[in-house]
Amino acid sequence: MPFGQLLIDGLAMGACYGLFGLAVVIIYKTSDVINFAAGEMAMFSTFVAFHVMSIFGYPFWMAFIVSLAFAALLGVLVDYFFLRPAKNPTLLGLIVITIGANMLLAGLASWKWGAEQKQFTIPVSYSVTYEPFPGFIISQWALAVFITAIVIVSFMFVFFKYTKMGTAMRATQQNKHAAKIMGIKTDRVFAFAWGFSSVIGAITALLLSAKTILDPGFMIEPFLRAFAAAVLGGLMSIPGVLLGGFIMGLIENFFGYVWPAWKPITAFAVIVLVLCVRPSGLFAKHYVKKV
Amino acid sequence: MINMKRAYYEDIELFKSGTIVFWTIVFLAVLFTFPLYVSNYYLYLFSLMMVYVIVAVGLNILVGSTGQISLGHAGFFAIGAYGTVILMTSLNLPFFVAIIAAAFIAAFFGFVLGLPALRLEGPYLTIATLAFGLAIMHIIGHTEFFGGRQGLVAPAFDIGVPQLGWSFILDSMISKYYLVLIFTIVMVLVAINILKTKAGRAFVAIRDSDIAAEVIGINLTMYKTLSFATSAFFAGVGGGLFAFVLGFFDPFTFNMLLSIIFIVMIVVGGLGSVMGSISGAILITYLMYDLFKNVDEVPVVGALLVAFSQQFMTTTGMDNFNLIAVGLVMIGIMLFEPLGLFGGWIRMKKYWKTWPF
Repeated sequence: MPFGQLLIDGLAMGACYGLFGLAVVIIYKTSDVINFAAGEMAMFSTFVAFHVMSIFGYPFWMAFIVSLAFAALLGVLVDYFFLRPAKNPTLLGLIVITIGANMLLAGLASWKWGAEQKQFTIPVSYSVTYEPFPGFIISQWALAVFITAIVIVSFMFVFFKYTKMGTAMRATQQNKHAAKIMGIKTDRVFAFAWGFSSVIGAITALLLSAKTILDPGFMIEPFLRAFAAAVLGGLMSIPGVLLGGFIMGLIENFFGYVWPAWKPITAFAVIVLVLCVRPSGLFAKHYVKKV
Repeated sequence: MINMKRAYYEDIELFKSGTIVFWTIVFLAVLFTFPLYVSNYYLYLFSLMMVYVIVAVGLNILVGSTGQISLGHAGFFAIGAYGTVILMTSLNLPFFVAIIAAAFIAAFFGFVLGLPALRLEGPYLTIATLAFGLAIMHIIGHTEFFGGRQGLVAPAFDIGVPQLGWSFILDSMISKYYLVLIFTIVMVLVAINILKTKAGRAFVAIRDSDIAAEVIGINLTMYKTLSFATSAFFAGVGGGLFAFVLGFFDPFTFNMLLSIIFIVMIVVGGLGSVMGSISGAILITYLMYDLFKNVDEVPVVGALLVAFSQQFMTTTGMDNFNLIAVGLVMIGIMLFEPLGLFGGWIRMKKYWKTWPF
């Protein structure tokens, strides 16, 4: 495989990890919850799209809209029923709640659709390629990933900077109690953050399902990588997460090409090394806890 | 907050009251006579539960008492299992030597993992430990010496010293059950006592505030790595027993889900309490491995669920009912009893003590 194609593929995978990492970071920033259910929530939304397309026979755009609407609803419901009622939760308690939601969704999905792999095609294909310059091959899928990533990231930039809800989210993230006193309905902000994150996750999962396969476990690995990318970026900064995703995708693709057997763990090894040098990720200010 | 102590001797005594001694004896008597009233399958299930009890009690030292997070304990568990079997087959060591050696190897890896943990906390530590667990699984899966993807078959369970011609093979489930039971009792006693030593109190001080602990003269480097090593030692012993309870295992037995399950056990049981870890391990193992094992044989709801699955869902996915059940139980316990099963027990006790009020 030529260098150019490895680079493009790595960047495209990296963009997917970065986008999915954004889904993790949005929730961590607003409500201090590490959402271990993110992968399975996105998986469930993808299965909804699959159901609308294959069982009901509607076209892709219809499935896409239904899936995103479902994802938003699912995010809000998970927050409303599982996170909001928790009394004085600890970090680990919240992690356990999201792991519980993760198992619940995984069980429900494989109950409803079966554990075997599914035939699911979206209009962008990994095998259709373009060659704008000689030696520079880009697949339709990678192109779609880049366009989606640019659209989502610019949307988020505008959203956080110029809309009322975006400002409210930033305020809540800085100081929950102060935001509440200022009249921001923080519960609503959390619900919105969960819905928003779930939608981004669903879009990424739809894209990933075109490259890999569709079965109830297909988001476990991408979620881990996205989480690692988010940690590498510092869990707090949006450009950091995207950069973390790109680093993750590139390392994985290049090392994976040289040593295929060790592909799944090289990126993690690099991240642990980086964390040993910078314990709070590349972009976070190291925060020193006082007694 | 939960356990108020007024004197040092109160802190180090093993049983707080005669009632506890009585119930412990009753409980042990039930455990030792278990093979009289249950079938082989339940002996297997209880052996598995006790293996997980050992791991959970060890993980509790790290997570509950020292306040670190580990999502890589399946790695130590795997080192224990593979180490014991390989030391027995390749180096021809007797079982007891092999399992202790394997546990020390696991403890060494725990020490190594404890080094980055000195600088990391929260989600960052989560990722580092998770990477460790994944790395162990992949290294084992890709090395022919460890049996590769095919996995290993445990040798005959000989707890004697066959090298000296003194062989004592445990081949029935009953004998394995008793061996695991004795190991579990010893390890639980060790865990309870570790928490009452200088090291145990240092762990708790680090959990409550590591800077304050350092100020009063606790060597953070030493005690954090010691906590990782101790906890890995327990996981190693658990792994060694697990290898023989199962008889056959491959690298994917020790995947990330297992690490997550370990954490879930101690959080659901109640962080920081040995009894909580034990009850959490038993509850979660039951839910994961026994509940809904054969859906159509479940009393009351079984037939209904099968009919519902055929009508609206798929029948192939019915194996995953236990995931739904575990998920719901985990969320329910965390929402209604954030301190876990042990917190619920404390609340119940308080309620009855001060009953009319």
